[in-house]
Amino acid sequence: MAALTTARPGQDAGLRPLPWRRMTWVTWRQHRLALAGVIALLSVAAAYLLITGLQMHQAYGAVSACRPAGSGICQQAASNFLGTYAPGVGVTLGVLQVIPALIGAFVGAPLLAREFETGTFRFTWTQGFGRVRWAVAKLAPLAVAVAVAGGAFTLLVSWYLQPVFGAGDDDGPLYPTRFDFLGVALAAWILAAFAIGVLAGVLVRRVIPAMFATLAAWAGLAFVTGIFLRQHYEAPLVTSSPNIPASAWVISQGWFRGGNAASLEMIDHTLRPVDVQAVTPDLFQPGPATPANFGDPVRYLIQHGYTQLTIYQPASRFWPFQWIEGGWLLALSLLLIAATVWLVRRRATQ
Amino acid sequence: MNVIEAIGLGKRYGSTWALRGCALAIPAGHVAALVGPNGAGKTTLLNLAVGLTAPTEGMVTVFDGWPAGSPAALDGIAFVAQDAPLYRNLSVADMLHLTRNLNRRFDQGYAEARLGQLGIPMGRRAGNLSGGQQAQLALTLALARRPRLLVLDEPMAMLDPLARHDFMAAVMAAVADGGVSVVLSSHVLAELERVADYLVLITSGSVQVAGEVDDLLACHRVLTGPAAEAGSYAQRLDVVNARRGGAQVHLLVRTNGRSGSAPPGWEEHPVSLEELALAYLREPGAAALPGPSRARAVEPAEVTNWQR
Repeated sequence: MAALTTARPGQDAGLRPLPWRRMTWVTWRQHRLALAGVIALLSVAAAYLLITGLQMHQAYGAVSACRPAGSGICQQAASNFLGTYAPGVGVTLGVLQVIPALIGAFVGAPLLAREFETGTFRFTWTQGFGRVRWAVAKLAPLAVAVAVAGGAFTLLVSWYLQPVFGAGDDDGPLYPTRFDFLGVALAAWILAAFAIGVLAGVLVRRVIPAMFATLAAWAGLAFVTGIFLRQHYEAPLVTSSPNIPASAWVISQGWFRGGNAASLEMIDHTLRPVDVQAVTPDLFQPGPATPANFGDPVRYLIQHGYTQLTIYQPASRFWPFQWIEGGWLLALSLLLIAATVWLVRRRATQ
Repeated sequence: MNVIEAIGLGKRYGSTWALRGCALAIPAGHVAALVGPNGAGKTTLLNLAVGLTAPTEGMVTVFDGWPAGSPAALDGIAFVAQDAPLYRNLSVADMLHLTRNLNRRFDQGYAEARLGQLGIPMGRRAGNLSGGQQAQLALTLALARRPRLLVLDEPMAMLDPLARHDFMAAVMAAVADGGVSVVLSSHVLAELERVADYLVLITSGSVQVAGEVDDLLACHRVLTGPAAEAGSYAQRLDVVNARRGGAQVHLLVRTNGRSGSAPPGWEEHPVSLEELALAYLREPGAAALPGPSRARAVEPAEVTNWQR
């Protein structure tokens, strides 16, 4: 007689799971287009960096050959070089910020959302391989692939930025748009965007909304990190010296007089005898009556009892900051991917 | 052996129970039709059986005790979901390759031969096949896995009559070939009547009728007689459903094997599967469930109804 019996998990162990390598072809066949898209995106960006970078390296060759180094002429040459190239570098890196977002939205988000949208999860998740291992076998190699691609791209950006740092640009490697493209940060951000994408896909279950959710979540995370979080990885340094260490990341600067913050009106008032207008606390506009030998308004203000306090992160903290940011992004990514796999296991149908 | 067994099975979506208190035991070696109106819980029951959904309460097992969705269950069950979802951008050959990689067994020769007979080109993208071809491809992929149980959810909903015929012919050929049990759902009973030898009738989230078609047909009769006399016989007979047609009334009664129970002046007819199913569907309170030997968990819920 057929009886209703409880599960026999012990015998399940006898059925050995299908080997992981079975998924190699599946993952490759189904995601080679997405991977080709990532390669194409990074190749276009790389080609641009290579062309402009070669020009920049050539121009910098003349600057670095200048002798005697540190002389007025050489400083002027470096300054001219930065005046010519630094703004373009800033714009380029600003535009490239979207790379992790695009990878998250176009590779991560559709990965599971498309299965739900087209109903193919009902086909795939009822095959012998098992859906949890299927999800792991897709997520893990793709996560590694996009992160490695990001790491390779970082090498190019590091080369691209060499002349700018070499010429002693004020904005060092900690500066927001640069920090994300150096060290381990880009790989970590791409990984995080991918993880956000796959989780959004399993939650939203439709491709286009999942892509937008990914973009929004990534933008929020990147914004909060860049504006609020990163400057607190280590307690920032404060100096009253007008000579801020080169390449430091200046977080904020302010004028103080007699222990209190000095307003723009006070600064402007102090500078009026020499006909200098304080447009902002660190932008000064000389007028027609400014003495020819006036010199530096910052020094003038200090001579008149002001103190300029600068809160900054020294460039020497670049690598500790990279490891901190890379570390928590990696942890976050693993957490999001684990949550995705858990949801695949839990909620096949709603 | 029972291919699917459920005890106290329930699934709730939000505050709505799609399935509740479901007890079921479908024996092996049958083509079982899971029939019920739209929204009755057919798809939910099948999703639970193939492990796509986790039950809210109770449990469902396959092949005598394997939990639904366990490796052994996945290995033995081939499932063709509603609308036969396939990767539209993959070629037929790629779909075969994919399915072969994801399963312990895959009969590549069988699949290729069958697709060849059907004239489905291996190089064509699955999304460019006609609806009938897509259904046939999905069925081929399922059968090439050499499953012990084939589960088909509304397999013919999207097909034209010719494609339906071809599809069912393919299923029946597989059954004839070798030992595969089939569970298929439909809200159109007529197309299952020719093929199903086991009926599970499901209404508003629970099983109403379950049993072998021959047994069910043998146990039910339609009695036709004067409407005025109907009330007095209803006490005596096990009436599932009554339909009036003018002065006459058609009573679908459960005879439980006794024949010749027709009173004088009444005519007795054998019942068709469709009539039987419709009668039960019209009377959600009535139930015809197998005795305790098949599914002990079934409560003795034989309800006799005589409603106007």
